[in-house]
Amino acid sequence: MSKTITLQADRINKHFHDPVNIHVLKDITFSIYSGEFVSVIGKSGCGKSTLLYILSTMDTDYEGNLIIGGETMRNKTDRQLARVRNEKIGFVFQFHYLLSEFTVLENVMLPGLKLGKLSEEQVREDALDKLDQLGIKKLAHKAANQISGGEKQRVSIARALINNPSIIMCDEPTGNLDKANSKIVFDIFKQLSAEMHQTILVVTHDPEFAEKTDRVIEMEDGRIIRQ
Amino acid sequence: MNGGLIFEIAKSLLLARWKQSLVAAVGVTFGITMFIGLLGFMTGLNDLLDGLIINRTAHVRLFNEIKPNENQPVNISSEFADSYNFIQSVKSVGERERIYNSGAILQALKSDERVLGIAPKISAQVFFNEGSIDITGVVNGIDVMAESKLFHFDDYVIAGNSADIAIVTNSIILGKGLAEKLLANIGDVIQLTTIQQVRVPLKVVGIFQSGIQEFDKVQSYASISTVQKITGQPNNYITEIQVKLKDIGQAPAMAKVYAQLFQTEAEDIQTANSQFETGSFVRSLISYAVGITLLIVAGFGIYNILNMLIYEKMDSIAILKATGFSGTDVNRIFMVIALSIGLLGGGLGLIFGFLLSALIDQIPFNTAALPTITTYPVNYSPVFYIIGVTFSIITTYLAGWAPANKASKVDPVVIIRGK
Repeated sequence: MSKTITLQADRINKHFHDPVNIHVLKDITFSIYSGEFVSVIGKSGCGKSTLLYILSTMDTDYEGNLIIGGETMRNKTDRQLARVRNEKIGFVFQFHYLLSEFTVLENVMLPGLKLGKLSEEQVREDALDKLDQLGIKKLAHKAANQISGGEKQRVSIARALINNPSIIMCDEPTGNLDKANSKIVFDIFKQLSAEMHQTILVVTHDPEFAEKTDRVIEMEDGRIIRQ
Repeated sequence: MNGGLIFEIAKSLLLARWKQSLVAAVGVTFGITMFIGLLGFMTGLNDLLDGLIINRTAHVRLFNEIKPNENQPVNISSEFADSYNFIQSVKSVGERERIYNSGAILQALKSDERVLGIAPKISAQVFFNEGSIDITGVVNGIDVMAESKLFHFDDYVIAGNSADIAIVTNSIILGKGLAEKLLANIGDVIQLTTIQQVRVPLKVVGIFQSGIQEFDKVQSYASISTVQKITGQPNNYITEIQVKLKDIGQAPAMAKVYAQLFQTEAEDIQTANSQFETGSFVRSLISYAVGITLLIVAGFGIYNILNMLIYEKMDSIAILKATGFSGTDVNRIFMVIALSIGLLGGGLGLIFGFLLSALIDQIPFNTAALPTITTYPVNYSPVFYIIGVTFSIITTYLAGWAPANKASKVDPVVIIRGK
């Protein structure tokens, strides 16, 4: 089976101009294949988070090329990029970032409703399925700010999955969790990768977490030193 | 696209901060309420004051002024056409006071389609005799039916019956101030002397109060035939024709035409009472200025609250953007919030504005000058309500525009990383 490339970074360079010119990312070139569970590790300040935000299309101030699902992300409008994030990318952040005005279920449903491909009823069913899959279906109708940190992180994974994205990007997904919850979250990723062949890209500084993934990309001073 | 979803999110954000939202809406409500209350009251007052004049004043008045003839014979004479003529001791012509050919003029006016109605009038200077004292005054000979119909003469007769002057021979309606001076009541007979030195007894059948005291001290009304009789004039003697038009705006133009056509002086209401229009205009201007200021202040309230909401909801905005909402979507969400506050506040403002107007309308307002008025006047014109709600939407739109724009530009990276 030939592997298809899900995400490709081609000589990505990034400078911070303020207050002084700093070359943060230097010629980053790598590819992530469909179904891979990849982690990016590196010390704090090596540019791994910066890279993630470029890969996620939220940061557009860079040189080089980013290709997601065969499409270049260069020269796309704000609206088009929003569409890409909505459809093809699922996010899990270090801090769960759920919308506290909504219930758990609504939080999971939002990106699906935004995509607008399915009816509200179908999105609701999908969302409940995803919550069930992650073992938190019973929380569906709770307010988002009334559940524990570990549960929030699982809700945000469910939210990331709602549109069946080509890739899930995570920024220190276990950075804010205790051991037990970290393990639960990692197991979920592992399971998604193994059973659903979900492509996952995790940025972490936790070598223990990284070691258990399929492939590790190590960064230092804005360069990839191992992949 | 996604309209429903955007409304849903806007609703949730709005309800999450419902107290602040309510305060903002109350600001708009207050602005609109005061706007409508103030303008309704001011316009009511304007209408009342204008009505004092306009209701009682002819739109076009035809009369002859006592003045010297402009075309003195020597100027008309061809013999002296080339010379420069100095004429001294020119005298006015008293006979000119009457309107010549009044019957034909009345006929012509009656058949004019633009004319709502006409009322002929005679004014005669007289002395009212109270014992040995003579009080100067004016007797107006009027067609009481036409006068009541066109100029609300009835409204100002506070005692007695205005129609009686047409029925009872040799009867008179006295101004309130004049009646007090003459110690005259209804049913009494008063004596007056005309300038032709004829002494006439007249029966008082009514008292009127115009609201202008100086006026009431000298004026009195009798029927046209009575005045013709006491002044010894024939029954086609008329000194003034009052014309009420269907469209008051045409008065200046028509006055010019009539002056030419009938060879009389013709004065239109706009020229005669220009100060009232100026007064009304300034009062309206002030009311609008105050009302709009209130709305702008309310707009700043909305601006502040939206700004605060955006700072508080930075995380939510970032997450919305990260999960696929574009800047435009975020902008729309906040515009929907702003406009909902505006619409809710504006809608309530209309209701409270109406209630405030109704309340003002109930406050007793008794003044000797205005016999027909018992409560403060209020105008309920829908125009104010339309302006009010339109303006509330415009201010909230403008107040929401900057914060919504700011929200749409929130960079999710900064927020997510900044934590």
